[in-house]
Amino acid sequence: MTDQQQPQIQIRGLCKVYQIPGGEVVALNNINLNIHKGDIYGIIGMSGAGKSTLIRCLNRLDTPNDGQILIDGQNILAMTKQELRQTRRRMAMIFQQFNLLMQKTVAKNVRYPLEIAGVPKKEANERVTELLKIVGLEDKANAYPAQLSGGQKQRVAIARALAGDPEMLLCDEATSALDPMTTQSILALLKEINETLGITVVIITHEMAVIRQVCNKVAILDGGKLAEQGTVDDVFMHTKSIAGKRLFGILPQEEAPPQKESLRIVFDGESASQPIISRLVKDCGIDVNILSADIKQLNEKVYGQMLIERPEDPQALIRVKDYLKEAGLSVEEVHAQ
Amino acid sequence: MTWEKLGLLLLEGTKDTLYMTSWAALFSYLIGLPLGVILTITKKGNIMPAPMFNSVIGVIVNFLRSIPFIILLAMLLPVTRIVMGRAIGTRSVIFPLIISAFPYVARMVENSLEEVDHGILEAAQSMGSSNLQIIFKVLLPEAVPSLVNGAAITITTILGYTAMASAAGGGGLGALAITKGYNQNKLDILYSTSIALVVLVQLITVSGTRLTTWFDHRKK
Repeated sequence: MTDQQQPQIQIRGLCKVYQIPGGEVVALNNINLNIHKGDIYGIIGMSGAGKSTLIRCLNRLDTPNDGQILIDGQNILAMTKQELRQTRRRMAMIFQQFNLLMQKTVAKNVRYPLEIAGVPKKEANERVTELLKIVGLEDKANAYPAQLSGGQKQRVAIARALAGDPEMLLCDEATSALDPMTTQSILALLKEINETLGITVVIITHEMAVIRQVCNKVAILDGGKLAEQGTVDDVFMHTKSIAGKRLFGILPQEEAPPQKESLRIVFDGESASQPIISRLVKDCGIDVNILSADIKQLNEKVYGQMLIERPEDPQALIRVKDYLKEAGLSVEEVHAQ
Repeated sequence: MTWEKLGLLLLEGTKDTLYMTSWAALFSYLIGLPLGVILTITKKGNIMPAPMFNSVIGVIVNFLRSIPFIILLAMLLPVTRIVMGRAIGTRSVIFPLIISAFPYVARMVENSLEEVDHGILEAAQSMGSSNLQIIFKVLLPEAVPSLVNGAAITITTILGYTAMASAAGGGGLGALAITKGYNQNKLDILYSTSIALVVLVQLITVSGTRLTTWFDHRKK
């Protein structure tokens, strides 16, 4: 449906190479991505995967060596300074470290984009009040950033980003400096902004939870390359890349073998949320010793993996394997160190 | 010498010292502040990178800074005569003071501006700010506490330079200490002018610190 429209952000053959003493580092290697209006597009990868470089190229805070970035069909890399400034006002950005003006009050921070755009003071002040309401900080208008918590600072940053009525919001690890509770509330706010204001949101993160909670599309970056991309449901259900499997916990982050002979049960979203293990115990009449589990729920489906101790009795082992396969799970034996 | 006479001398000296210091500080900031901004923003990775230009300016600033004031004062005499109308005297000394202090100011300003978190500048860029907007609405306002602190240090440094003004026929506390106190071996003048200088420097330093704290909103 939306795929028929021209994507709002098109990334074409993007390459970025950093010169370092004694060589070069390829941060981005031929990245191609389409981001459509209204998407909440998550770009995930381990640290060093190039995701921050990618988002910084989108508004040309970083300049790529090759490729194109088309914003509504216009190549941001070919723009004049003036055009670039105008385009940047349409694509606001928030940061991991918030980057607020520390010597200005909350209200003045939020007013800054309006000031530089030449909005009359009275009108700007009304808009600031409105924006602070959206992010739930009406009572902090005259506070300074240093007096706020991390979550509040990010809310100010979001209000400031929204001030210029942007069409896109770029989030560079915007929740990485926040605790889990605050992360939840910031993500909820981003989702609300996306839904009520129709702003396209691009989220850079290394946390799977962030993608699961708010994104509809995801791209996985691995070593500067695009490992896979698609709708979050699709990529979760049919994870192809090793990087994806690691990030989703289908493959362990580090591949240290378990201490004991064990079985790995992979939940690929097909088995719904039945209490499989407790049924296994009842139906097969054997004890199950869970060694580790990394299970996540998405749209009421279960993804992830569980490691259980392998039953010593060969008969029991066959029963367990058959039972799990019948339940639609894949099972593999993992040998001890 | 009576207390009254000594008091009058000190008052006169203080007046001259503050006269030279304040005009020199004002003009060295008029030149040094923009120069410090240029030194900062033309650096590699900053908002208007121009590394070659930056090095050239840097070399000139360093050159001027490395000449001791007392020598610069002598070297500049002909220029001072043209600019100030006469080469010597309290008023004329202001010119070499400016020439000596503005490169110092430029470096102080540069230091203060460097302290501004680069992320804040990037945020301003991402919002579509022009370079002028970044300089006047972000860079300088964010650096105000540090600039004020730097100004206090600069002023005390200029105050120290004014003590050498007597070499070019200038007045002030320094001249008083040398010409009347030291040359005529009047220890009461020598010591009392020193005390007056200490008090002045203290006043400037303390107010500088107070103002810095007052301007700084980074603390809770």
